[in-house]
Order: sequence, then structure tokens, then C-alpha cells
Amino acid sequence: MKRHLSIVVNGEPRDLFVEPRTLLVQVLRDHLGLKGTRQGCDSSSCAACTVIVEGMAVKSCSILAMQVNGKQIMTIEGLAEESKLHPIQQAFIDNWAFQCGYCTSGQIMSAKALLDENPDPTREEIQTAMDGHLCRCTGYNMINEAVRDAAKRLQARKAGKEA
Amino acid sequence: MKAITTDFEYLPAVTVGEALDLLSQHKDDDYKIIAGGQSLNTMMKHRLITPEYIIDIKGISELDYIKYNDKDGLRIGALATHSSLERSEIVKEKYSILSELEENVASVETKNWGTVVGDLVNADPAADPAPPLIALDASLTIASKEETRTVSAEEFAVDFFETAVQPGELVTEIQIPALPKNTGVYFTKYSQLHGDYALASVAVLLTLDDKKETCVNARIGFGAVGSTPIRAVNAEAVLKGQKLTDELFVKAAEAATGEISPITGIEASADYKRELAGTLLKRVAKEALARAKNA
Repeated sequence: MKRHLSIVVNGEPRDLFVEPRTLLVQVLRDHLGLKGTRQGCDSSSCAACTVIVEGMAVKSCSILAMQVNGKQIMTIEGLAEESKLHPIQQAFIDNWAFQCGYCTSGQIMSAKALLDENPDPTREEIQTAMDGHLCRCTGYNMINEAVRDAAKRLQARKAGKEA
Repeated sequence: MKAITTDFEYLPAVTVGEALDLLSQHKDDDYKIIAGGQSLNTMMKHRLITPEYIIDIKGISELDYIKYNDKDGLRIGALATHSSLERSEIVKEKYSILSELEENVASVETKNWGTVVGDLVNADPAADPAPPLIALDASLTIASKEETRTVSAEEFAVDFFETAVQPGELVTEIQIPALPKNTGVYFTKYSQLHGDYALASVAVLLTLDDKKETCVNARIGFGAVGSTPIRAVNAEAVLKGQKLTDELFVKAAEAATGEISPITGIEASADYKRELAGTLLKRVAKEALARAKNA
């Protein structure tokens, strides 16, 4: 029997009816058409499906959609402002932090959750926070550098706004 | 497996009372309780289990706590996540071993949604929290509509993926006694990848006398080397009442390798795991002793 699911995705309230066995990633991709969130391993091993629920990075392939009823969800589609990329997205491009891009949206969402909580992380803190993400293309060094660069850009943006 | 393909009836509870009512109504049915579901959802995707009913306790906010007082020690509610245990200031101060162990449990994303109690109830013998909880002499509160009972951490798991929890029951809390003075605890695991399941893990608690010379209490818990986490009582007996030396730790490791029963898997043979468990015990006991001396 389908159940009513009421969530806020990227600031927009969404109401839908889902089978209780539906996973959060399916709601995002199949019901809402937000294909930026990737399904990789589908067994909670790769973190490609990472989204932010109430400020926390979580694996959307391993959460029943009904468990986020009433909650705020942010996906990769929620980052850019119109055509202007978010500083984390731009830092990933400028630091060559991806090739095929399959893992990138998950990587960026974990980086976002980290930087929201810790605006100036060390290399080790980034490594710990991003530890669950598998990337088969670039090597993790460029990803770590992109996150550090993004931290600097976000701090500069914040300083600019406050000035 | 891209999806859970078998339908179930979804029964959410937002209070302990509601959960116990649902469990009482469905205790003869094929149900599973879901907290974070970080293991359960994968099992359902792979159709290893296909329950008719899912009782969802994730919304029971009254069970989302970590509390401490000097008399009762630490209490971890059933909905406390791995991340909240890792970040808890009181845990870092009083039971640093628990925050240290969380650094190497799964990934941040899994820890943000998965619960510590759920990990124990899943009862994978290689999961991380059980050996330290055995060393810390922890117990679990199990409630049903009829009664509330307590089971020690070492008796909680009864076989691979099976626990002492009976139909109609819900684990509500973990209790860990306050640590006596001159006590040191350490835990380590060996896994092929950071955050992966252990090939062997061991936790050791040592309490020294007032002069910090003689061992007055020792508790040892192993993970991943049997069908359940194992308390190594013979190895503990080697250490109790003695002045602790490296030679004695070698004897304790020899005793322990007779108490564990690892099985051969794709990553390592049973003999390898037994050897590994003994080596880890020597290292962990040494660090626990150093900590007890500095406590």
C-alpha cells in the first residue's frame, strides 16, 4: 500500500505517494527526476549516492524514503545558483578532481556537509570525512585538493559578504 | 540489486509504547525492526530476508540519547547513531575507546544514519562495537510489553546474525558501568581496508591495584573469530592477580587462541585469523596496560 511522503528537496516542498520499500535514491531519481544523485554499488560501499539530510551526509541507496518523511534533503541540484556553479563545484573543475564524474555528485555532497560544519578542515580531516567515497579515475589527491580549495573560496565568499 | 523488490507493510512508531504495542501485535508474524537500516536494507535488496512487516523505530526520539553519571555510568539509547557516539564529549572524556573505535567503523555517511544498537542487533560477529562492550562489562536492556530484562554484552549474540532478543522484544539501551580507577581500555581491529569489517578484532580492559603493579581485573573481548563476539575468560585468568609483563601477554595470547574459533573466508584462513588474533591481543594488552598506568 502506497504511503504519503512529504519532504523538502532543495528548498522545495514535494508531496508524493510511494511504496514503503522505496529507497530515498529512487524517490530522488525516479519520482522527482533528480538524476544528479548516482546509484553506484547499491550496497552501501561506494557513497556515490550521498545526499544531505538535515545537514548530515547519508547514503540515499540505503535509506527507506519513508524514514526521511518531513525532513529537509539537499542534492547536487540544490547547489548551483541559476547558472553559477557553487564554489565546491567550481573547485572540483579547477582542480581536475574528476574524469568520468560518476562519483562526483556524492563527493561534492560530502564535501558540502563537511565544510558547513568545519569551514577550514585539514588535509587529514578531509581524508576522514571523504573516506567512504570510491573514485576509479582521478586519484584521491586531487579531490582532497579541490575540497581544500573550495574551503578557501567559501571563506573568501563569506568574508566578501560580511565586508 | 538496485531496489527492494518485495513489498512489506510499513509500521512506524514514534514512542517506545507504540513500538512495544506493534511488536506485541506482530510477535508471531514475519517482521523486522528497522532503526537506521544500514545492514537491513542491503539484506532486503539481496532478498536474504523478505519480511512481511517492517516496524520502524527511527522516529522514537526518546531513545536518541547518550547520558552519563558517575553512579550508573554511560547509557546509550537505541537510536543513538555511530556518529553521535563518536562525537559525544562525555564519551571522549570517560570512554575514549568508544570514540576511537568509531573512527574505523564504516564511512561517515553510514555512521550518520546507522545506530550502535542496530549494529549489535544485526549481530555480525565481525562488527566493531561488541568486543569493546564486552571488555567494558556492558549490558543491554530488552523490553517487551510484558517485561523488561537485561542481558550482558557477552551473552547478547547467540550465533551468526542471531541474538538473545525474542519475538515481541525491543532493545532500548546499552549500559556501561563507570570505570574503576587505574583502568585502561584499548581496542584494535585488523581489516584489509580502512572502515571495512574486521578479520580479527580485540578489546582489552585492565584494572591495576593502588600501587599500579598488580592486575586486579582483566576483561577481553574478541570479534570476527567465531560465530559470535567472544569473551576470552581463560586469557583473562592468565592476567588476573599478576604483575603484567610482555611474557605474560604472550601466555594470555596462547590461552586466547584456544578460546576462539575463526573460520576460513575469502580473505584469510582460520589459522591466519587465529595467529592474527593472538598478535593483536599482545599489542592491545600492552596499550591497555600503558593506559591503566596513566589513568
